[in-house]
Amino acid sequence: MANTVLDFERPLLELEEKIAELRKFTDEKGIDFSEEIKTLEKRARELKKDIYGNLTPWQRVLIARHAERPTAEDYIKALIADFIELHGDRSFGDDKAIIGGIGRFQGRPVTVIGHLKGKETKQNIKRNFGMPHPEGYRKALRLMKQAEKFKRPVLCFIDTPGAYCGVGAEERGQGEAIARNLMEMSTLKTPVIAVVIGEGGSGGALALGMGDRVFMLENSVYSISSPEAFATILWKDATRAGEATEKMKMTARDLQEMGIIDEIIPEPLGGAHRDYETTARNIATAIQPHLEELIGLRFEELLANRYQKFRSIGVYQEG
Amino acid sequence: MLKDLFRKPKYVTVKPDKPAPAKRDIPEGLWVKCSDCGEIVYTKELEKNQKVCLKCQFHFRLGARERIALVADEESFRELDSNLVSVNPLGFDTYSEKLIEAQETVGINEAVITGEATINGQPVVIGVMDAQFIMGSMGSVVGEKVARMFERGLEKKLPVVLFAASGGARMQEGILALMQMAKTSSVIARFNEAGLLYISFFTDPTTGGVTASFASLGDIILAEPGTLIGFTGPRVIEQTIKQKLPQGFQRAEFMLEHGFVDAIVPRQEIKTTLAMILELHGKGVANG
Ligand SMILES: [Zn+2]
Repeated sequence: MANTVLDFERPLLELEEKIAELRKFTDEKGIDFSEEIKTLEKRARELKKDIYGNLTPWQRVLIARHAERPTAEDYIKALIADFIELHGDRSFGDDKAIIGGIGRFQGRPVTVIGHLKGKETKQNIKRNFGMPHPEGYRKALRLMKQAEKFKRPVLCFIDTPGAYCGVGAEERGQGEAIARNLMEMSTLKTPVIAVVIGEGGSGGALALGMGDRVFMLENSVYSISSPEAFATILWKDATRAGEATEKMKMTARDLQEMGIIDEIIPEPLGGAHRDYETTARNIATAIQPHLEELIGLRFEELLANRYQKFRSIGVYQEG
Repeated sequence: MLKDLFRKPKYVTVKPDKPAPAKRDIPEGLWVKCSDCGEIVYTKELEKNQKVCLKCQFHFRLGARERIALVADEESFRELDSNLVSVNPLGFDTYSEKLIEAQETVGINEAVITGEATINGQPVVIGVMDAQFIMGSMGSVVGEKVARMFERGLEKKLPVVLFAASGGARMQEGILALMQMAKTSSVIARFNEAGLLYISFFTDPTTGGVTASFASLGDIILAEPGTLIGFTGPRVIEQTIKQKLPQGFQRAEFMLEHGFVDAIVPRQEIKTTLAMILELHGKGVANG
């Protein structure tokens, strides 16, 4: 399955390969290896728990960036019926680093918007590695306003290393585009649910993240910058990225402890990339009751709560 | 990512291991060389000319207090929330020391000073950021002070004038700093709904999370000549695209050309321009 093998996963994958080989032998040669297989399977289960039960923040970053990690498109396929993609910002172009459209979630019409990375080089170039230009954020905003008009809840999937930094992005107002999304989302008169599914990189992530509820998948990360940029800025040494992750407090648990996110959505053991279906189901199960609750609120209440949620973030001393 | 856009404050010159003073700061001496035209100017003359080069009009950077003195009517400034101080929420090594050092050397509590003042007699809530204070970065305190400014404006039905100067969200406060973008933008949305005026003024340099939040959300957006305005700083862009950026890229004139700034206002005209805009928004609202 996974083309990209993370170092810490290797022992497990080797074990799994061995099991597969023995199974093949059993089938082809008719020799009974069932005892050996059972032993190896037990060891694999233990190893899995051992590896994935004690992930370091850096290992989670690697999982969050895993080439095979399910994308917004995968979750749309799994969770959204009758999805129709809607393109363009009506002003400049269509940014393929953001996917957006309408469909049904559990029977209810919704607007879905997400950063979109590719899984291999060609797709990644097309998707600009999930790093949007201003027109991507403006497309997202257009679709959110449309959702507001038709009273559809908005579901956002966050997965970006960050907003793109380049000449065109600056010329077209990357800062303005992000700022406007933040401001408009804060008063959008329809429920917004945001789920960080992979990398939540900086302002480029937050620009889809002003939800009434914010969720993170267990192995996703969300931070002020990439650990590489963080290490470069503070220590002038990008190779200290691993160390930076320890300081940055960027895991789902860190963010929950700081009160930035509402809930952690569990991933199957071994990470989302090993089981798309279960992960998608876990997302649906987690957001469903919240969506029901939010839909039941009056606008005034919905917006007052959302306002309070973001207004109250900050740690300081008032002496 | 924008660290090197920022000149080290003057005090570093006494430390032999640190780089020489920034070219846009004015050294303590009697004379200073303009970094733009190379002219040697008498410091006193420069100060008298609001730190604008007498020969080429180059705008040297101003500290927050200097800026307030320039814009607010004499004795009119009443500072708000000066008792808000940063803590070290992530327990990041050296951050606490950095804060103390900045407070001592820059002489202000945080990277933004806020308060009430009058501009040619017209009351406003005013905020001024200072790029010398940890690169004018936005942590919880900057976010909170900016949010409270707009709340004060709402409460007293006053316009807000905010001078931005920032390298972006403050790394040492991690995700909490990032979330100040969300906080400040939310408060501005409410301020807008009340029909109140917000004038955002970009000063050199403003990048990152401040550009990508409150600084870009003014009803009217102004900038001083030559101000660097961007999301990503030029050095990071150059590293990313592996090309040199053209002259003037991301400067105020460039941003005006691309539609992100309403007008460029030279320092000598800032106060009268602000007063004019404030007056135009003062009375006589149609269909009131
Ligand atoms: Zn000059």
